[in-house]
Amino acid sequence: MVQFLQVDSAQKAQENPEYKAALTELLFQLADDDFILAYRGSEWLGLAPHIEEDVAFSSMSQDMMGHAVMHYELLDELGLGKADDLAQLRKPEEFRNVILAERKNGSGEYNDAPKYDWAYAIARHFVYGSIKQVKLEALRESSYQKLSFVSRKMLTEHRYHMMHWQVWMKQLANSTDDAKQKLEAALEKVWVDAGELFSYGKQAATIVGFGIVASEESLREKWYASMQQKFTEIGLNWPGDLGIPAESGRDGQHTPDLANALQTLSEVYVLDPQASW
Amino acid sequence: MPYEMSAVTEEKCWELLEEVKDPEMPVVSMVEMGMIHQVKVSDDMVTVEVLPTFVGCPALDMMKNDISNKLKGLAGVKEINVSFVYQPPWTSDRISNEGREKLKTLGIVTPPPQQDDTWQVACPYCDSPYTHVENLFGPAACRSILYCRHCKNPFEALKPIYE
Ligand SMILES: [Zn+2]
Repeated sequence: MVQFLQVDSAQKAQENPEYKAALTELLFQLADDDFILAYRGSEWLGLAPHIEEDVAFSSMSQDMMGHAVMHYELLDELGLGKADDLAQLRKPEEFRNVILAERKNGSGEYNDAPKYDWAYAIARHFVYGSIKQVKLEALRESSYQKLSFVSRKMLTEHRYHMMHWQVWMKQLANSTDDAKQKLEAALEKVWVDAGELFSYGKQAATIVGFGIVASEESLREKWYASMQQKFTEIGLNWPGDLGIPAESGRDGQHTPDLANALQTLSEVYVLDPQASW
Repeated sequence: MPYEMSAVTEEKCWELLEEVKDPEMPVVSMVEMGMIHQVKVSDDMVTVEVLPTFVGCPALDMMKNDISNKLKGLAGVKEINVSFVYQPPWTSDRISNEGREKLKTLGIVTPPPQQDDTWQVACPYCDSPYTHVENLFGPAACRSILYCRHCKNPFEALKPIYE
């Protein structure tokens, strides 16, 4: 194994501008992915199929929001600005999240005739979560010590999310034909976008070179192996290779869905960013 | 000697911290929950390092304030620094035996001190092992909802967190 440098403080990271730039880029990706998908999850509040699921789903969205906050705080320590401002005051083109995270939950709006797709919610969170799992496992060995610590912590929580989504996958795949068809259609939709989750964007070479996280290929390989096995266990056909959407979220190209989400979620905050809560 | 009387000690801080309750489970203190990692005193400054149980826990800010407010009263303290740290990570085995007993009186079961592959939970009311998980996700990030088939009572359990 190659011995990478160890960076054990924000100050040390800042001393090396190249390292800092690579680290910053990856942290924005991690933070924005969780933040935006947690927001989509929170839009299910009161709309999940039953009350128990409502509690579970909001609890998981809250955990994910917490994970995003940790990454924004790491950015704050690196001098990028206050965590709240990073989450709520940036423009859509400054966001680095994948397109999969920003897609709407279905047709309609939260407060205007929401017709959300539950199978899509399950498929999206399951696939997103399984890729997050391999990423967090790799981040445990990050050269940026603080990132490795928080990743370990997140894994302990994330484990429960995966248990939850896996139960849903199994149930939908093995109940009625209708449920199975809806799940397969949802997986197909998720598949078109999910490949982007393995991308570190334009700075991939530096990010990996500095040992901040393992390479895109190694993560992809690990995921394919474990996921194909899971699909067999669940009783689903393997949909094949993951696709990449037309827009590149990692480069700040987004669909109108993101602008829409950001406008709603920051509505209160932008009124008075100085207000204390 | 007046100087010694007002000198702040780590011991004194720990004593006071025993009185700071977990905002979501006020029968136990944060010390009993194993959430206080370190207390350091240097001159008139106290530094407290806290290990969060769950990172998205909305009570974290409240805990921070409660700790500051508690220590503020100490003579000779000018500055209090409370920060959350993630190394070592908080794990279920950090909960003290006293803490476990107190949570049980609330009807909340704590995970076994040692890691176990299966999560077997005995009912806090009748000790029956015939329980099942109703919802992994309960009223707070750290708790699940369970049901006792024997005495037909619902109860809660802290999710096992091990590294
Ligand atoms: Zn019982």
